[in-house]
Amino acid sequence: MKVKDLIDELELEVIAGPDLDREVSGVYCGDLLSNVMANAKKDNIWLTVQGHQNTTAVALLVDVSAVIIVEGFDFDEAAVKKAYQKGVNLLKSKETAYEIACKLCERNL
Amino acid sequence: MRELTLHILDIIENSREAGADLIKLKIFEQPEQDSLKIFLKDNGSGIDEDKLEDITNPFVTTRTTREVGLGLSLFKQAAERCGGNFYIKSEKGKGTEVMVEFPYNHIDRAPLGDIITTIISFIAVNGDSIDLIYRHKFKNREFCFDSREVKKELDGISIQSKEIISWIKNYLKDSFAEIYGGEN
Repeated sequence: MKVKDLIDELELEVIAGPDLDREVSGVYCGDLLSNVMANAKKDNIWLTVQGHQNTTAVALLVDVSAVIIVEGFDFDEAAVKKAYQKGVNLLKSKETAYEIACKLCERNL
Repeated sequence: MRELTLHILDIIENSREAGADLIKLKIFEQPEQDSLKIFLKDNGSGIDEDKLEDITNPFVTTRTTREVGLGLSLFKQAAERCGGNFYIKSEKGKGTEVMVEFPYNHIDRAPLGDIITTIISFIAVNGDSIDLIYRHKFKNREFCFDSREVKKELDGISIQSKEIISWIKNYLKDSFAEIYGGEN
């Protein structure tokens, strides 16, 4: 499944979408960036409430397929700018991480 | 990070990599003033002025192995997430100073963590080449550990030796028991 396939299905807003053709594999939920660095895997979809540019940096480091910021939180300007520069996909949802995770689970991710 | 000591360890590792041979660490806990302050100062190579401005940007790093450096960025974010402050000062050739202040009672402030193990592990690996002055204050009580003072008494024995490390560990434990006086 590709990142772009999830956008309509999960009603996600694309905040930065430089690489929406990326394949998705697995999901990681977490807001403590050091934990995400240690435990998230390449190509995961990462669900978080953190919209700081450090989020973009960690996403790049771990090489996740996309970040979904949940609960209606926003990415800050620097996070979005860097995402375009570095090719990191940033998506947004009003739902909670749990609700999104359930929907991803239904799609066998 | 889950504990503030992990940030401290990260910064003193930076100091080591910057060639410092003296690191000063001060931790001031003032719960009644809702303040927890952490000061770190080294005599390492310092940071260029133009780089310093952007040093907490995670996309600025001295690393050559990857394009992201998160040590200072995460420390700053940890402070700001709960309404605290982060300051850094550096002079090329003289050293670097970091001061981070947290609201002591904020629910999102990470706990200090196991500072004794952090200090001990650092000395056990780097103690012979890098000195550490560590001052910890809780309310109006404080202690100060200075590895240079310890070395004076060692008469040539390595501060990294097992016996000395174990002595320092007990010294720190006793000192904490004294300043906390059963309160923490």
